[in-house]
Amino acid sequence: MIKTLFTALTLSLFFYSATAQIDSSLLRTHDTDTTKKGLAMDAIYDRPFLKLGKLPVSIGGYVESNWQYASTSGITVGNQFQFRRFSLFVASSISKRIKFLSEIEYENDPSGDPDQAKKGPEFEIEYAALDIELHPLLNLRGGMIVNPIGSFNQNHDGPKWEFTDRPIAMTQMLPATWNNTGFGIYGKHYRKNWMFGYEIYLTGGFNDSIIDNTQGKTFLPAAKSNTSRFTSSASGEPLITAKLSARNNNIGELGLSYMGGVYNTWRVEGTPVDDKRSVRVLDVDFNTVLPATRTALTTEWAWVFVDIPPNYTQQYSNRQFGGFADIVQPVIRGKILDWENAVVNLAVRLEYVDWNVGKFTSTGTRMYNDLWSIMPGISFRPTQQTVLRFNYRHQHQRDITGNTIGATIGNTGEFNFGISTYF
Amino acid sequence: MKKKATVLTASISLIIALLSGCYKLLPQMPDPTNTLCGPVSLSNAQSVLFAKGNDAFFAIRTAATGLGPYFVSTGCGECHSSDNRGHPFTMLTRFGQADTTGNKFLAEGGPQLQNANLPGYQPQQLPPGATSARFIAPITAGVGFLELVPDSAILAMAAENQQNPDGVGGHPNYNSIPSYVIPFANAIPRGDGKYICRFGRKASTYNLLQQVAVAYNHDMGITSTFMPYDPYNYLDQTAPSSPGTPEVDNSTLNSVVFYVTCLQTPNQRDTGNPVVQHGSQVFNSIGCAACHRPTLTTGYSPIDALSYQTFSPYTDLLVHDMGPGLDDGYTEGNASTAEWRTTPLWGLGLTPGVQGGNYYLLHDGRAHSIEQAITMHGGEAAASANRFANLSATDHQALITFLKSL
Repeated sequence: MIKTLFTALTLSLFFYSATAQIDSSLLRTHDTDTTKKGLAMDAIYDRPFLKLGKLPVSIGGYVESNWQYASTSGITVGNQFQFRRFSLFVASSISKRIKFLSEIEYENDPSGDPDQAKKGPEFEIEYAALDIELHPLLNLRGGMIVNPIGSFNQNHDGPKWEFTDRPIAMTQMLPATWNNTGFGIYGKHYRKNWMFGYEIYLTGGFNDSIIDNTQGKTFLPAAKSNTSRFTSSASGEPLITAKLSARNNNIGELGLSYMGGVYNTWRVEGTPVDDKRSVRVLDVDFNTVLPATRTALTTEWAWVFVDIPPNYTQQYSNRQFGGFADIVQPVIRGKILDWENAVVNLAVRLEYVDWNVGKFTSTGTRMYNDLWSIMPGISFRPTQQTVLRFNYRHQHQRDITGNTIGATIGNTGEFNFGISTYF
Repeated sequence: MKKKATVLTASISLIIALLSGCYKLLPQMPDPTNTLCGPVSLSNAQSVLFAKGNDAFFAIRTAATGLGPYFVSTGCGECHSSDNRGHPFTMLTRFGQADTTGNKFLAEGGPQLQNANLPGYQPQQLPPGATSARFIAPITAGVGFLELVPDSAILAMAAENQQNPDGVGGHPNYNSIPSYVIPFANAIPRGDGKYICRFGRKASTYNLLQQVAVAYNHDMGITSTFMPYDPYNYLDQTAPSSPGTPEVDNSTLNSVVFYVTCLQTPNQRDTGNPVVQHGSQVFNSIGCAACHRPTLTTGYSPIDALSYQTFSPYTDLLVHDMGPGLDDGYTEGNASTAEWRTTPLWGLGLTPGVQGGNYYLLHDGRAHSIEQAITMHGGEAAASANRFANLSATDHQALITFLKSL
């Protein structure tokens, strides 16, 4: 059904594009600078859209493709050419204060949920929500939404980043582009140099797979494979996601978010079969641009707490922690190769994830199952919406016992070259 | 403009430098002498089967793919990280057999207590009156070589011990074998139809097929055509009355058997070090080598790299009385409760790599250093342990260095 919808949408866009070739003035680009961020909560709408003549519909999208050569402990699968994502979004102003936005995505992201990646590329509706403004401080949003946990989950479009890979903690500890069906409210308030925002949603949520998966560790992204969450909740309990954001034009943006609820199927046909078990996520994100040097700093750190059944294996941990810090320094700005307003950036990403925080009950010694990574890179932006990027990653990973010898653990070196653009 | 050109040139130079240095920036294969990974030399077809077994060995099982409801671990690789010894966090418990007459608690879920269960199930408990012992997973690398040691060689080692002045004895563990296990052509069964077994801490398992089928079933709760009943909790009174659908197919299970069969033996390191060489002499002089036999030889195998190979496991595959300190009151086969199979010492020095930088030695990890493990030896090994205690500091250090080189 989704594939059919996607095909129909693609054909209709092709039709409009064909028309546009006759009279290009029918397409008006909103020249959004995607490298500059408003509040992260605005990221869903803060994208370049094309207006279709007088139609009350705007369209847009982005694409991501890259080359990768990686080696872990000397084991490599050679050169990999990956078409990771192709995303189409359609926005519609139903009235001045009622908007609808949808995003349909083709995704094949090896850096995300490995279970999903093994199944091959998927077409899916990532976002489809109606926004009704009752007051600037009180907007109602309902439909299929992206839960506002942290910053990256909402602000994940490939062209916005200087790295081919998404942050590990935000994709393999937290689920990236974690979307659910639900409702909520949001609002913003402006005062001098300050901007405040809040979001609160009640949605469907996780299921038992977060502690019963082929990763062998507590793995919130495993729940993404459960597409039935869009129609039925495994626990029958709402997942609460809330976020507070504050931005000062001179300091930057700070976000605090929480997501929590019951994840397990604790009753079958009305009969309790288990205790209710909770999953909770706390997240802090911060981003700023240092005015003197135009250095951009983006960072996000999250803590995961999961109620693990007693007498269950410690492979599945009740605590996790991880995050990343991106530093991006523009080194050339201006006309490059006849591109006006082009930018060359040097960048580095630092990452850390610990999937098993705590100690073994059997020995009282530390559980490992952690990873750190450093990824320097260089990017070239001929326009604000398009990025060519080259990254090298050095990563060190240990299994739960601290072992570093294996096909998927130890030291990894990885070269990436990628392109990504809005269109 | 000049600055831009300089930065652009520097950036492009950096890329070129990175690309030209790619090879150096990619991590290389670890020194094979410091790892346990990898197969013996195989043909292309055998390599494909080995790779399939490797994938299955390290695959994580879930409830949807048959895990549980009662289990110890979610995959082979969780207990045998890098094909090495286990960590105490996956320690398991066996119970119900206190003498050579067999397990008296099979109806209560014996012989193994699965220490974990899926959510919603109540934990298994030791039945009242059952004695038990706890076990850490032994090393997996090289087990294919151990499987091929002929019964005649094991019997010969037992016979040699009759002349041992320290009272070292030892005997093979004769045990019944399940119907799906086909004895080797050169097997030497006892008159009562029991066979010489060699795998497991009590040497109660006949071959690697049985070992893998039992591990799937007891350790992961995975049924197969060989062991078609899930472990159950006698407190739940939900013992299965009929075989379930196999949760691992024969093809996958056999690939895992092939995988473990073809694993390379651990390599000794630092063999040119005079301290190691001296330690080896101390090892022999204080009598360790009477049980921890430095070399054994395989018999015939259709896999060339395994056939008629001399290798260095430091075991005799016999069970020995280790004294009251290591008598947990539980046994298997015809071993007594104080008898344990001589643990192969190969790979001993690599143990901290999979035990969080620590040592958890002996069958249940109670020894936290090599020295502690030696001093806990009693019974037939008491004389050697006493000599170890009286070694000079130089000899003591040389022996430990030698053992860490294995």
